[in-house]
Formats: sequence, C-alpha cells, structure tokens
Amino acid sequence: MAVTPALSSYTLPDPLPLDNGEALSGVEIAYETYGKLNADKSNAVLICHALTGDQYVASDHPMTGKPGWWERMVGPGKPVDTDNLYVICANVIGSCMGSTGPASKASDGKPYAMRFPVITVRDMVRGLVGLLDGLGIAQLHTVIGGSMGGMQALSMAANFPERAARVLVLASTARHSAQNIAFHEVGRQAIMADPNWREGDYYSGDAPDSGLAVARMAAHITYLSEEGLTDKFGRRLQNRDSKSFGFDADFQVESYLRYQGSGFTQRFDANSYLYITRAMDYFDLAEEFASGEGDAKLADAFAGHAMGKGARFCLVSFDTDWLYPTAESRHIVHALNAVGAPVSFVELSAPYGHDSFLLELPALDRVVEGFLK
Amino acid sequence: MSAPSTSHGKTLRVDLEMIASQVAPGTRVLDVGCGDGTLLAELQARHNVDARGMEIDATRVEKCVARGLSVMQGDADRDLAQYPDKAFDYTILSQTLQTSARPDQMLDELLRVGKRAFVSFPNFAHWRTRAALMFGGKMPVTQAIPISWYATPNIHHVTITDFRELLGEKGVTIEKQWFFSGGKEIGASSANWRGEFALFLLNSD
Repeated sequence: MAVTPALSSYTLPDPLPLDNGEALSGVEIAYETYGKLNADKSNAVLICHALTGDQYVASDHPMTGKPGWWERMVGPGKPVDTDNLYVICANVIGSCMGSTGPASKASDGKPYAMRFPVITVRDMVRGLVGLLDGLGIAQLHTVIGGSMGGMQALSMAANFPERAARVLVLASTARHSAQNIAFHEVGRQAIMADPNWREGDYYSGDAPDSGLAVARMAAHITYLSEEGLTDKFGRRLQNRDSKSFGFDADFQVESYLRYQGSGFTQRFDANSYLYITRAMDYFDLAEEFASGEGDAKLADAFAGHAMGKGARFCLVSFDTDWLYPTAESRHIVHALNAVGAPVSFVELSAPYGHDSFLLELPALDRVVEGFLK
Repeated sequence: MSAPSTSHGKTLRVDLEMIASQVAPGTRVLDVGCGDGTLLAELQARHNVDARGMEIDATRVEKCVARGLSVMQGDADRDLAQYPDKAFDYTILSQTLQTSARPDQMLDELLRVGKRAFVSFPNFAHWRTRAALMFGGKMPVTQAIPISWYATPNIHHVTITDFRELLGEKGVTIEKQWFFSGGKEIGASSANWRGEFALFLLNSD
C-alpha cells in the first residue's frame, strides 16, 4: 500500500470549552495523516468522519484489519489525491478510537462513563480546530465530510469561517429532523435497556453488546434504501430451503443485520454511541445562530461567507437517501445563496441510500475531484 | 464567417460569444440554465469573472462541478427566489426564456437578482417559422426550433416584437440588442422577420 499512515495523537494544551458551559481538560485528539504538507501549509484537507467512523480513512483499521473507510476516494491518484494534498482525519471527541470520550479515563483514573459531558457537533469541531492549531494550519485547502462529517464541515464553516477555503458536504443536513432524532432514540433505548449497560458503568465487566447491536441494526436500515435492500436480499432465505417457523434468521436480510450488529460491537463503545447520537440530535445550525427575534435563519450561520468573501461550497445529495434527503441539502444551498456564497449543488442518482457517499459512484468521484481543483 | 474560438479551443455559440465579449472583467455573473458550463468556463478564463450557474439537469451540473465551476442544480422558476436583490452584476438567460413556466416572472427575477440581464431566445416570427405555419399549416421545426411540438421544452414561444412589448409594459430598459441569423449577426432592420435569434442586454433602472 502506497499510503503510509502515521499513528498520532495530539493533546490540546488548553481546556476545551463546551456548549454545555463546562470545559474539558487534557483532551486527546487521535488522528491520521496522508501525503505531505507543503511549505506554505496550503494543501491540508481535513476529512470529518461520520457517527461510527474513525481516523482510518485510507489505512487499515487496527482492530478489524479492514481497509480504510474511504480508501476508494482518498489516496495517491484518487479524487482526494494524496500526491498533492495533505489529508488529515481525526477521531471526534466523544468517540472511542483514541480521542477523549466516555471510555477515556477521567482525572480519578476511572473511565468517565456517564460523567462525560454531553457534547455537541460544535464541540467536536472545536476539538478539530485545536488540532489544526497544533499542526500550525491556519486555513485548510478543504474541509470534507459526509453525514455527521458534513455537519462538522458546516459547523466549521459557520463558526470558524476563515479556517477552510473550500467546504464539501455530502449526504448531510443542517439540522436533525424529528425522524432522525426518533431513530437515534430507538438506538439509545436499546443500549440503555441492556442489563449490561448498568447506567454506563460497564467498563470493568461485560459491555451492553446486545443493546448496541440492536442500535446498529436499526440505524443501519436508515443508511440503506428500500431498493438497495430489495436488490441485495429480496425475500431470499438464509442457508435454508423453507421457513423454519421459528425465530432464527430465516431471511438473508435478518442474517445480514445481525452480522452488522455484532460486528459493530467489536469496534465501538456503547456509551460513545449514546454521546455522539445525542450530539447529532442537538445539531441545528440555524438555532445556534438565532438572534432571538423571529425564526432562526440558516443564512445567519453563514454570515462569515457573505458575498463570496469566504469559502467555496459544494453540496451533494443522493436521490435514494431518505435519512438526509435532498431537501435538506437544498435548504443549506438556499441559505448559502442568500448570503451570496459561491456554492455548487448536485443531487446524484445512486441506488444505495444514505451510504451512497461511501460507495462506488463514479459521478461522485468526478464531483469531488473537480471541486478540489 | 466562423465563430471565434474560446480560450479552450472550442467554438462558442454566436450569442454566447457576444455575451462573453460584453461582460466586464472582475464582475459577478449568474448564468441561469448554464448547461455544461461552456459560457461560465469562458467567462472565468477570459475575464476573471466570479461566474456561477444554475442548471436543472443533474448530469450537466455534475459536468460543471467536475470542471471546477460553481453550479447548483436548481429550477430557475423556483430557486432564483433565494438570491438577494442585485446579488450579481449580470444574470444570463440564454435560449431558456421560452421554456419557463412564466417568462414574465422570470424576467422580473433576473432583473431583481442581477443589476443587468442578458436574455436570448429563438424568434418565433422568423420568416421560416412563419412560412411553416402559413404554407405548411404545421408547427415549425427549424434550425432554431429543432424539436417537434409534442416534445419541445419551448412552452412559451415568443417573437422579438412580443418581447419588446413585454419590456415596455414592465418599464425595462434595453441597453443593447443583437440579432442573429445563420450563425451571423444581422442588422436591426426587420429583425422580427429576419432574426432567428435575439439577444438583449436589459436593466430595470
């Protein structure tokens, strides 16, 4: 493999101020980099990962051994070309792949568990900006994110408008809808209903894997399209000729979801899942910038980009994504147009639902490559 | 006469070439219905223009973004409303007016969003069009209007005289106007007979 990962972590020198009013000290940000930073530090690209993602965007995952989650997009000669660009991908705070989260040890030497403060997407971004400060990068060439990564990219554009010259947002939204919150609540309740969860204090015993697996199964359905599920599984049976008249995984789709659920518990912390889904549910970019008079306007969040003085934006949605449907991207595009920011937007056709941004889609490759030019 | 070639070596359609030659350097431009971005790319390369586009067809938008242009997929009949007043020095509507649900409202929006507007359209009163109706008794299919009545996106055919009347009613000022036939510019006399295409530079001051 031509991409050489660097296993690194950065400790923020100052306590990280949080939206809940607290400050978190000794915050670790685990990150990976690919490619070389140029002399004037103008070729840095930050890739923000999604809910259950990690910093291993283009290198093997150390626990699962699987290839990086966006290796088809990031690498030498790829649309995000590490021959020319210096790519940074950091684990968000609240997660469990090396950055400070509920499984990390608090000052008393015990895991934070539910003592970890409830964080927001903006808090995650503050952590990422702290890392950029540490790396000496004043302005990114591009900040890129899909799904929750897109929320971070938008939050960075809104809160730190000078930190990225380009903002690329894939399959994302500026606010979590009631339906989005509802699905997350199902997942959280599944975890908290697992007797092993024990109010989050499970790090010395068995983890609430059953609950976490159910949470993942429910969420995974929202990442796929009906068409995609039908194509992949239909009503086909799993390793049997007839229905069992029992509750085994008769159907292939059941077997697939169970596999996804149990695989997920091998690499993810249940409390992290609670905290990160909460952060996503709290996300409403317009509300963050509301003046208190009348309806919050998303355009106010992008005031720092008025009349083309800020970043260039590109938003991509997918026609089968019902988690963050095209209307959500269009809402963001309209807000950016209202302030006169240069914005590209396209709804691409793809059969895979929300996960389309991660999958084989040549049209997306061309858009990403063109926008980064 | 052959049309001048672009900085990319391709030939610009004659009305687009005229627009490209008229846009002042360093200005902000919105090309509504920008297609594959040919004019935008030319404006950006030739005049360092802050060129943006709107296009309804996803495949064309993808091509535009892939060539590094700022283009949004959108429906001009609906999505122009999102831009603030006078956000652009020029708006451009080339050969798209006749496909709009309400060309009169489209014109209002073009001149609200832009300080000036370039508008071009095929002239339905061109003599070939008239002849097709007069002698053939059929909806014309010509070089300028190449698609049969049942498949054409042109739902509001318009003549140069009609367009001027609309501008008069709205109090819109014609700064400049050009007429084309057979890929060449022609004079303004009897343009409503002789012109296959018309291009206007308008303002609402």
